[in-house]
Amino acid sequence: MYQEIFKKYEPTKDNLIYILHDIQDSHPQQYITEEAVLSVSKYINVPINHIYGVITFYGMFSTKPRGRNIIRLCESPPCYLKGCDNIYRKLKEILNIKQNETTEDGIFTLELCACLGVCGNAPVMMINNDIYGDLTEEKVVKIIKDIKGEK
Amino acid sequence: MKFYRSHILLGINETSIEAGAKKIELALKAELSKRNLQDEIDVLETGPLGFFAKGVCLKVYPENTLYENVTVEDIPELVEEHFLKGRPVKRLLASTTRVEAYDFNYKERNVLENSGIIDPEDIEEYIGVGGYEAWEKALLEMTTDEIISEVKESGLRGRGGAGFPTGLKWSFTAPIDSPEKHLVINADEGEPGTFKDRLIMEGDPHKLLEGMMIACRAIGANKGFIYIRGEYKLCIERLRHAINQCRSYGILGEDIFGSGFNLDFDIKVGAGAYVCGEETALIESLEGNRGNPRFKPPFPGVKGLWQTPTVVNNVETIANVPTIINKGAEWYKSLGVNGATGTKVYTLMGDVAMPGLTEVPMGITLRDIINKYGGGMLKGKKFKAALVGGAAGVILSDKLLDVKMDYESLKEYTAVLGSGAIMVMGEEVDMVEMLWSILRFFRHESCGKCFPCRLGTQQLYNIICKIRDGQGKEEDLESMIMLSDAMLKSSFCALGQSPYMPIKSSILNFRNDFLKRIK
Repeated sequence: MYQEIFKKYEPTKDNLIYILHDIQDSHPQQYITEEAVLSVSKYINVPINHIYGVITFYGMFSTKPRGRNIIRLCESPPCYLKGCDNIYRKLKEILNIKQNETTEDGIFTLELCACLGVCGNAPVMMINNDIYGDLTEEKVVKIIKDIKGEK
Repeated sequence: MKFYRSHILLGINETSIEAGAKKIELALKAELSKRNLQDEIDVLETGPLGFFAKGVCLKVYPENTLYENVTVEDIPELVEEHFLKGRPVKRLLASTTRVEAYDFNYKERNVLENSGIIDPEDIEEYIGVGGYEAWEKALLEMTTDEIISEVKESGLRGRGGAGFPTGLKWSFTAPIDSPEKHLVINADEGEPGTFKDRLIMEGDPHKLLEGMMIACRAIGANKGFIYIRGEYKLCIERLRHAINQCRSYGILGEDIFGSGFNLDFDIKVGAGAYVCGEETALIESLEGNRGNPRFKPPFPGVKGLWQTPTVVNNVETIANVPTIINKGAEWYKSLGVNGATGTKVYTLMGDVAMPGLTEVPMGITLRDIINKYGGGMLKGKKFKAALVGGAAGVILSDKLLDVKMDYESLKEYTAVLGSGAIMVMGEEVDMVEMLWSILRFFRHESCGKCFPCRLGTQQLYNIICKIRDGQGKEEDLESMIMLSDAMLKSSFCALGQSPYMPIKSSILNFRNDFLKRIK
């Protein structure tokens, strides 16, 4: 089932990270399954333990099922200065989940991350590929509501 | 080519897209067609205009009018008043301080000279402003030695943080006889508070590519990689597009301009690890491994990517190269001071009126950067401290507001320029909280390879938590300095060596903040 992805890359170790990116993006629950790791291991001829080593090293990969929308809230100093902790509290409250958990309906996963490079608009979060800046508690409530409405 | 009476520049970047820039572009175009102005007024997408926080900004040429906070609802009025009747819409005009900062901002630009002026997705616009002339010159008229000595002479130093002389770095790799050499661009910008590389790549991707071409020719590499962080979606998209354009124009590929030189670039996307900004960790990551740093020597310049000689340079460093080749080392040296030549891109954030970026000659004071380019402090805030150089930087007090910002002057105060991130803090910011946030960051990002960093970052975090919870003792301050000093001396890479700077400077300059929590 990963043949489409494998076709894009030569079977060499240096393509591992890009293959993993594609596999994760193609899964509706945005994670890398054990079965996927086995296929990748066969395709590029690299031991499974190396692949797990890579997956767990990088913050963007997950080995656990996640929601359709991954919220990544920045907790680095510039965002902290601008009150990201309040945003975090609000997010936990309205989604009723803790860090790295997924809502029951499978719509959201809440993660904390390091600097996203949009510090001029701190506090900042990223939901999937979109950046949301100058966050306030009211704004966060609205963003979450809008995404829920779209589903 | 059509002749337009006016051009509307729309700054497109990740934040303005969020503020609805794309919708505004559509609305503008629709409104202009409705009024039959589509052949007179052109709407152009361009890179970041240099400051944010005020929604979508429009710049109109040749009138040189700057609008801010424009919404879709404003468009009919804007088109009718400005483009039909020729009267600027006062309500939407940017404030005078913002206009001044904008004009200031473009006066001395070099790396970002085209950002916010040309369309970053159109190679012809880049060529139109003199783009790829330096590449042609370097490829056809200069020898590799001449390129390297020009860059050496210019005094250009690495802009990623360490400040190593660029020409010298190249000169180690150039003479090595190897069937394969590589150039790797470090675009894994992860230092908290730093977003200059993102803006360079979003605003003028061809500038980076041109610099890379010249660097590849200088060191004799036929393959260049850009290692970019996965979060920078727009940069990745724009760079991919720019590389494809270069290929179709014959600027990249085989036998470029009939010189016999072959060159190609590739983009490699990271997966979120701060330590991959360290050059050997970055190389490990490129090879498909965990991003653990390597032992040096051998340095990457001798044995790097797949054991081939590899030069790793920062985005901003390389973006300086085309100008040096075009205008010459002498011109470049005329900017800056004190062994620090050229311009530096600073990113400004925190409690300032206008967060954003600015490019100024080396050696300008912190006070000037905040007041002239950042529009001063945020209303009602008084300056207390600035964190210069990101998490691995130093916390400066108001006593150092007039220190010149260059490598040597800052060194006298055991400070560093670092990546050029300036986070300004108002009076109510508590340094215990700030340091806690910094140490939390390091604890999270330590890669775990060497024990001084792996255990040290955790221990430092434990101590600062204790102080933050009111359980600390005065000796804890000294033990934090001692521990981070030991990490400075024994850690494997720059990550473990970094906590010393913010710890030492915050305790030295703001001891009272800590004592308040202790007593």
